[in-house]
Amino acid sequence: MTAVADRPTHTPAQTSDFVNNDEKPVGYGRMLRKEDPRLIRGKGRFVDDIQLTGMLHMAILRSPVAHARIVSIDTTAAEAHPKVKAVITGETLAGLKLAWMPTLSNDVQAVLATDKVRFQGQEVACVVAEDRYAARDALELIDVEYDILDPVVDVRKAMAPEAPVIRDDLEGKSDNHCFDWETGDKAATDAVFARADVVVREEIVYPRVHPAPMETCGAVADFDRIEGRLTLWSTTQAPHAHRTVYALVAGLPEHKIRVIAPDIGGGFGNKVPIYPGYVCAIVASILTNKPVKWVEDRSENLISTGFARDYIMSGEIAATKDGKILALRTHVLADHGAFNGTAAPLKYPAGFFGVFCGSYDLEAAYCSMQAVYTNKAPGGVAYACSFRITEAVYLVERIVDCLAYELGMDPAELRLRNFIQPDQFPYTTKTGWVYDSGDYEPTMRLAMEMAGYDELRAEQAEKRARGELMGIGIAFFTEAVGAGPRKDMDILGLGMADGCELRIHPTGKAVVRLSVKTQGQGHETTFAQIVAEELGIAPDDIDVLHGDTDNTPFGLGTYGSRSTPVSGAAAALVARKVRDKAKIIASGMLEVSIADLEWQKGSFAVKGDPSTSVTIQQIAMRAHGAGDLPEGVEGALEAQICYNPPNLTYPFGAYICVVDVDPGTAQVKVRRFIAVDDCGTRINPMIIEGQVHGGLTDGVGMALMEIIAFDEDGNCLGGSLMDYLIPTSMEVPDWETGHTVTPSPHHPIGAKGVGESATVGSPPAIVNAVVDALKPFGVRHADMPLTPSRVWNAMRGTHTPPI
Amino acid sequence: MQVTMTVNGDEVTREIEGRLLLVHFLRDHLGLTGTHWGCDTSNCGTCVVWMDDEPVKSCTVLAAMAGGRTVRTVEDLETAAGLDPVQEGFMQCHGLQCGFCTPGMMMTARALINAKPDPDEDTIREAISGQICRCTGYATIIRSIQWAAAKERETAAAADGAASTEAAATEAVATEAVAAGSPV
Repeated sequence: MTAVADRPTHTPAQTSDFVNNDEKPVGYGRMLRKEDPRLIRGKGRFVDDIQLTGMLHMAILRSPVAHARIVSIDTTAAEAHPKVKAVITGETLAGLKLAWMPTLSNDVQAVLATDKVRFQGQEVACVVAEDRYAARDALELIDVEYDILDPVVDVRKAMAPEAPVIRDDLEGKSDNHCFDWETGDKAATDAVFARADVVVREEIVYPRVHPAPMETCGAVADFDRIEGRLTLWSTTQAPHAHRTVYALVAGLPEHKIRVIAPDIGGGFGNKVPIYPGYVCAIVASILTNKPVKWVEDRSENLISTGFARDYIMSGEIAATKDGKILALRTHVLADHGAFNGTAAPLKYPAGFFGVFCGSYDLEAAYCSMQAVYTNKAPGGVAYACSFRITEAVYLVERIVDCLAYELGMDPAELRLRNFIQPDQFPYTTKTGWVYDSGDYEPTMRLAMEMAGYDELRAEQAEKRARGELMGIGIAFFTEAVGAGPRKDMDILGLGMADGCELRIHPTGKAVVRLSVKTQGQGHETTFAQIVAEELGIAPDDIDVLHGDTDNTPFGLGTYGSRSTPVSGAAAALVARKVRDKAKIIASGMLEVSIADLEWQKGSFAVKGDPSTSVTIQQIAMRAHGAGDLPEGVEGALEAQICYNPPNLTYPFGAYICVVDVDPGTAQVKVRRFIAVDDCGTRINPMIIEGQVHGGLTDGVGMALMEIIAFDEDGNCLGGSLMDYLIPTSMEVPDWETGHTVTPSPHHPIGAKGVGESATVGSPPAIVNAVVDALKPFGVRHADMPLTPSRVWNAMRGTHTPPI
Repeated sequence: MQVTMTVNGDEVTREIEGRLLLVHFLRDHLGLTGTHWGCDTSNCGTCVVWMDDEPVKSCTVLAAMAGGRTVRTVEDLETAAGLDPVQEGFMQCHGLQCGFCTPGMMMTARALINAKPDPDEDTIREAISGQICRCTGYATIIRSIQWAAAKERETAAAADGAASTEAAATEAVATEAVAAGSPV
């Protein structure tokens, strides 16, 4: 492994690992992005940029209340609007058997409400009009009479006997219970807790937050009545999965559906589910025989689309008095909103929360969970959470700090003492996850070295003596990404393997077709680099196609940091298949046996005679030419693959945050943030750094600013960017990043994925720093978001959970 | 009502509703879709364009208010001479990922460098503080703007026929900014 700081701002310059690839590497290394030339010219093509001849515009009427029975809907005035072409209600959809649709968790969700509305912002009706302003105008003309019902807002009271039943659409449903789930060995864990010297308990809340990508969700549906063909441009991270679900739900033949995800303005899990708006746009196009565009506004995005987190975690940690961590135990109360719309593999209703054992060698662990319905928007798995590992990592890293507090130990020392050791990998956790590879201590040590950890502690001591509030927070995380093995993982019965197709043209240029879809991650660049590394063709000569179901192979899409672990492996392996065929052709061209050939990146040469060689470009021309090919070899140079990952990959990292808290205003300032990530083999360090920066900023948002809260009537209090606070350039520091490299043993190129690491790892580092700053006040825990008022209350001993 | 304005150097006249927002006028009526629409409350800044050389949030300006004025959008940054250094800087320093906030960020950056050819980090943070990026964490955007400013100072110094020592010093600044954009 190597250990090198990317930007050693606070340590002497380290350049040993500098690889000047001239920004055009034939393989891995820093390379400018192929996506950028169009995006910096304003020539990206996002869904709302699509303009079709005769296109109509759709707007959605949403419920103003959290829970009510629909008494009547009068659309007469709206239909009379001169620019309105159609008004669609739940009744219209019921006639088409489309009033309800399956969620990705095998629940059902109303497309347009027919019986009740179950959260504020729920879709009730939609209007199709000549322009987007007229469609909005006509929404005002729809008269809906609601019979208001008591809402279930407080998740802690959702299972109370007197709580109103939200899901009376489900036969026999008499409470708000969604599901129970458990993992680990309860008896073994209880036994360890019973004999432990020290047991620390803390209720830890991860409030509801929202991914809020800059581009909201939307679609343009174009149904061709003659061909019976639907083309849907939509903001989706998973175009193939969406197409299959549309085929199953709407009864449209799958080969007649083309889903195109054009440029996507950020996803972060917000664009995984199928939203009612997409379905309504499709229906609207079918009914009006015109293309129909629907683009939600920011408020609609925040109040109705997939939220994240909303876990109340009762955490417990057991340890010896000298700081050996023995076991973890937790009970989680999970708020799933009005419909269970989580997008996670079916066998994992709590996502990958089972990874809550963290990076530590435990004797036992156990988690029980109860998920409930409330009168809030559905969702749960989003915001770069790696299927709930954000919650798991936050729990374990927060409770480990609580243990350090009780033991009077340095939190870095406590972690170092309990890490899983390198010789224990592959390591099976007490909840059954098999960590593929890891070497945690060097990563932690590098972060401490970059931070100047001892100096920081000395500075803190001086400042405390002067009454200044400085905090140092540490988090060490192990992620689990790359879902996933077919035997374990599926979404709605669709296995999570990824297809990939590669074709080398006669002149040696190439096209690789992916099932995954970039939303900013830079697939067009990194996947060209993966193929380039395998074939020695320059990335500029490799076109990467993605996001169009007509032109790409099937796969489940981009989320959960799965693109590199799954499709990245597929791209490497499909390139190797092409290389294997090229080798046979080369043997014919050079008139030597295959065994006498050796691969030099970009060409096959005769062993011992490197000057006798043929390039991959020459081989490609031969494969398509008129000359003889070796016996049994077909023409052309192409291959396809469907990659079924044998395991998840487990990237990890050590994060250190330094904060200053103003004792007079309780304002938290993130002064420094040091992030050392280990994502295995690094394809493009520039892109990796960018992904990490983005995730760290998410962490500042969640730790200090962001919450989707509700009032007692179920009104969403985070319905605009004036109320839902997202970090700007003023709230974040310059990031200090470093890395170590521990390749995945089972991934073809050793890459592990990094997209969500920083979002997962940073919130506990920041909260731990703030709590550390408040140590003089005797604070052991305070819940996010640590806004000035919440920090002020913590300083005064009156801190309360946000939910 | 009828509105006439100059957009990216061309005079345009259109029949519009008085309530039409400038962002929708540019996107839906003129087909200039490089300017994006991200919120309704002037918070996100993805819709930033110039009106009479000042950055404005075009979701909060009526098209009618731009009547008789000069509007500039991202589509006008590149000229026959090539990319604007701001555009180059964003590519060189990875100042964009999904690219949705990028046009607005670049328009603000262009105005900032026009006003302050050598902005420091705090000045840049302040200048883009009314705009949100969900992907980059801002550090690479700041480096991108520094890169563009350094390149322009270098170009200006060369054009002025400045003393060779000064040019070398400016080049050193540019090189430093480029190095800052390199994560390896």
